[in-house]
Amino acid sequence: MPRDKERPGYVLMVATLVCVACALLVSGAVVLLRPVQDRNALLQRQQNILAVAGLYQAGQPVDAQFARIEARVVDLASGDYVEGADAVRFDIPKVARDPQASAVVAADADVARIHRRPLRMPVFLVRGDSGLETVILPMHGYGLWSTMYAYVALDGRGERVKGVTFYSHAETPGLGAEIENPRWRESWVGKRLVGDDGTVRFDVAKGVPAADAAEFHVDAISGATLTANGVENMVHFWLGEQGYGPFLARLRSGGA
Amino acid sequence: MKSETRKVLFEPLVVNNPIIVQILGICSALAITSKLAPAVIMSIALTVVTACSNAAISAIRHYIPNNIRIIVQMTIIASLVIVVDQVLRAYAPEISKQLSVFVGLIITNCIVLGRAEGYAMKNPVWPSFLDGLGQGLGYSLILVALGATRELFGFGSLWGHQILPLVSEGGWYRPNSLMTLAPSAFFLVAMIIWAVRTWKHDQQESADYTIQVVHRTETQ
Repeated sequence: MPRDKERPGYVLMVATLVCVACALLVSGAVVLLRPVQDRNALLQRQQNILAVAGLYQAGQPVDAQFARIEARVVDLASGDYVEGADAVRFDIPKVARDPQASAVVAADADVARIHRRPLRMPVFLVRGDSGLETVILPMHGYGLWSTMYAYVALDGRGERVKGVTFYSHAETPGLGAEIENPRWRESWVGKRLVGDDGTVRFDVAKGVPAADAAEFHVDAISGATLTANGVENMVHFWLGEQGYGPFLARLRSGGA
Repeated sequence: MKSETRKVLFEPLVVNNPIIVQILGICSALAITSKLAPAVIMSIALTVVTACSNAAISAIRHYIPNNIRIIVQMTIIASLVIVVDQVLRAYAPEISKQLSVFVGLIITNCIVLGRAEGYAMKNPVWPSFLDGLGQGLGYSLILVALGATRELFGFGSLWGHQILPLVSEGGWYRPNSLMTLAPSAFFLVAMIIWAVRTWKHDQQESADYTIQVVHRTETQ
């Protein structure tokens, strides 16, 4: 045991040694575990996409199942595909913060309250014997407490919903967080989002809708009005001109 | 098992429980016990950190200058917490997402620093390790009890398996939404403290003061 533990030189030496040892421990753990973490994140994302398309089979290797999904990146303004971009590793929150890759959404057009929108977004396509079967669009918008991130799966013409999943959010447990509830998400299936005239008519509300609006209507969750409004606004924003509007128009004319 | 070892390991379960007797670590006990699985993972994380930090600090206790001992303890604890957090992110990504900041906040959990300062600085490595383990288990016991109760009554399930069929799924159980919110953990902790103090009378503190009847002497 050292005789004088309070000598400044000794104190500095102990502090340095402790710091170096701890730094080695921490950086070692981070470097060793990084590949596993990245792989988990990727598998989770692929599994979410497969699940919303109704293709996920539990117990089968996810990457093998994902092989049938075509991942593309779309330039939102033109609706054209961007060649050579990696859609699977596309980090939406990061791109939305990047001033080079995103644009400010004008306050009056920012129904989803996202402030900045990416200029490009990933889309995921499933092709079958009869051509394009499913189009999966990532969307995000602000709910009550948090930005909600979702995948919405549409049929090949981009008209009817085939599935929806919210893969990241922090809404109130038991109320807003019921957007994860499989039974509620099931109620989206078969709904239309866009009317014949091209306007987005999708709505999430309580009560019985007018007869001609029923196919655009999803029943809101009790006690989660603000979250439901956020979900509705999110869909309105992303199907509009600032979102996937141009891409969906191209899809309907058979150009995708 | 030696009686000293047994005391160090099992006393924190009830008699000297960090949550219900020392009233430490309440914050995480409220925040992550709405379901059983995150509560269990959090318990394991905290137990590992407390045991390892106690052992590490005890091993170098003779070399730590008194002036900077708290900083040295915090550095070691913080490093261990980061390692545990990284391991969780790698091998339990779903649960790690649910625990969000609370794994990182183990650093500021009073139980860990309290044991480092109060026990590991004065005792050899092995007893310190056991003390950390014991305190961690005491914390775990309460967390698991809270997590199980809150998930059962708040969601009708345990570890994600539906036990009570919900009304919304066509069953008969209407979930108690209070249980899904943090305040319910306060009530549950209070009830546990009540029960334990009824069982162990020596834990009841004497009142700070008592109102006494004063006999006034009437003057005229």
